[in-house]
Amino acid sequence: MSTKRGRIQVSGFETESIEEQPSQTAHEDEYAEPAGLIHRIMNRIARDRLALTAIVVVVLMAVTALVARPWSVFGVTIQPVALTPFDPTSTAVGSPHDGPSTTHWMGTDRLGRDMFSRVMVGGRYSLSIGLVVTAIASTVGVLYGGVSGYFGGRVDSVMMRVLDLVFAFPALVLALVLVALFGGGFWPLVGAFVLVGWASYARIIRGEILKVKQNEYVMAAKALGARDRSVLLRHIIPNAIAPVVVQATLSVGTVVIGVAALGFLGLGFDAGTPEWGTMLDAERTTLATGAGGSWYWWATVFPGLMIFLFVMSMNIIGDAINDALDTQVDDVGHGGGG
Amino acid sequence: MSLQKYILRRILTSVPVLIGVSVITFGLMHAAPGDVVSQLVAANPNVSSAEAVRLREELGLNDPVWVQYIDWVRGILTGDFGEVYSSSQSAGSIIWARLPETLVLGAFGWLFAVVIAIPGGIYAAVNKDQLGDDVSRFVALSGISIPNFWLGLMLMAVFAVQFDLFPTINPQTGLLSPEMLWWLLLPGVTIGTAAAANMMRIMRTSMAEELNKEYVTAARAKGLPERTVILKHVLRNSLISVTTVAAFLTAALVSGSVVVEVVFSWPGLGKELVEAIQLREMNLIMGITLLTGVVIVLANLLADIVYALLDPRIRDEY
Repeated sequence: MSTKRGRIQVSGFETESIEEQPSQTAHEDEYAEPAGLIHRIMNRIARDRLALTAIVVVVLMAVTALVARPWSVFGVTIQPVALTPFDPTSTAVGSPHDGPSTTHWMGTDRLGRDMFSRVMVGGRYSLSIGLVVTAIASTVGVLYGGVSGYFGGRVDSVMMRVLDLVFAFPALVLALVLVALFGGGFWPLVGAFVLVGWASYARIIRGEILKVKQNEYVMAAKALGARDRSVLLRHIIPNAIAPVVVQATLSVGTVVIGVAALGFLGLGFDAGTPEWGTMLDAERTTLATGAGGSWYWWATVFPGLMIFLFVMSMNIIGDAINDALDTQVDDVGHGGGG
Repeated sequence: MSLQKYILRRILTSVPVLIGVSVITFGLMHAAPGDVVSQLVAANPNVSSAEAVRLREELGLNDPVWVQYIDWVRGILTGDFGEVYSSSQSAGSIIWARLPETLVLGAFGWLFAVVIAIPGGIYAAVNKDQLGDDVSRFVALSGISIPNFWLGLMLMAVFAVQFDLFPTINPQTGLLSPEMLWWLLLPGVTIGTAAAANMMRIMRTSMAEELNKEYVTAARAKGLPERTVILKHVLRNSLISVTTVAAFLTAALVSGSVVVEVVFSWPGLGKELVEAIQLREMNLIMGITLLTGVVIVLANLLADIVYALLDPRIRDEY
């Protein structure tokens, strides 16, 4: 077909190849854009193999943490399955610092506890704190930033000065001092990381709201007599939420690292807790003294690897969501919708 | 607005933030359960309750909160951070002795970040959406996701324990001696990794954005070699957006220094803070926390000034 005389070859204009190309789905995507945030994110992720893998990893880790040990709330057992081969907290189920074997897949730690069981159950602390902190901090931040951006003027400048104060401290140092002064445990840790984390959501949504509130539909809602609260909650915040979603996804990882870092510094959890950071703390002394070129690598590699894997997956998902939502920002810009 | 006026205004707006930082630091310590005297009593049961009352009065713990706050601030302004009870030293002398170590570590982290991130970001942006870009994006993402304490442990295990290339303990020589600088390498790389990865991502994004602008087309059209276009025109403009995150990166380095110093036993302020927390030495905790806050405020100030120097439009917006 390429030998025909006088025919100009333009690639992409061959009928056959057009039919082969998945261009139709691409078109569908473009027109499906207004379908909403979640739809757009799903579309983007469905085409991204790396992001899909990341989601599988996160889901697997969450499920593993859930079914690793039975879980009861107020004495009522909600989840009776126990998949860990050993009790993660009972000592001397193997000899101390035994390398990985068929009985102990990830070896044992210095007290002969089964590393595999501990690593499995360790996800509970990091993952749950990461999710709870992100949920609370983003809600608080969105409401605060929403009020600040919506009312503007003096209210805004006072509220923003308060944010400056939170940003004046390095996040981990502030969380460290809070936990050190007011004690550790699940809810104190959540509290400390919420106090440190809400401010960035507030700043992000405020910037968005300053743009969104210029829209005519906001004016229209006000003209129709809608109250400030409903204008803010129904019209403005839903249209300004996109960057918050990205920030929330990315910050789950940051919180997980932060919690593990405190655990590593010996704060936040009791020493024997099978939390990934705390486990690393317990083993790091054996590492430095493991002279003669041998060190019990399994005791430090696996807990850290889990943190890394989880945070990496969350960041990949966050990046994909960011890409998906950036498209929207571009579209609005080009389409003259703003 | 002239540059001098802008800088002056920016400095003046930092003052209330600094005051706020000191109020928060003091407020946190004040709200914490237990005070110095009850600690002393717990540590030494021989202290009678009458003596405890006398000590409280002597240390001013019965004064109203705001009087205690003003006393504390007045002390700090004259260089007196209070006493460290477990070692009978002044908190100020400990802080000033440890500060250089942390500054050297932080400076190395910054240097490492810049050396890796600027060329890396340029490379990724120029090869956008190609294999090299994908690989460097993945590497940058790993750098952000890896917990610095684990990275530190792994580097130490491999290079200091397994291959015995680095000492695992403080060589106890002067701060800038060759032995100390060699020992600094692993903690420096550990603390710089996240900063490098963050900066590289920002560099890539801003550079890719700049490359789409019309002045780039113009520069290419007039026949400038690609190298000149990138390194002279695009790089300069992309660096502006790096300065906007410089303060944020400094805050991350300060946070990172706490963990990394503990991993490598680097004798800086971060390690001192963790030890102070274990001993509940309030004056030392307060002093170091306040200092980190001041450093961040100053870093913000500096970044804004550099930003205004590089981009004159900012001065008018303020």
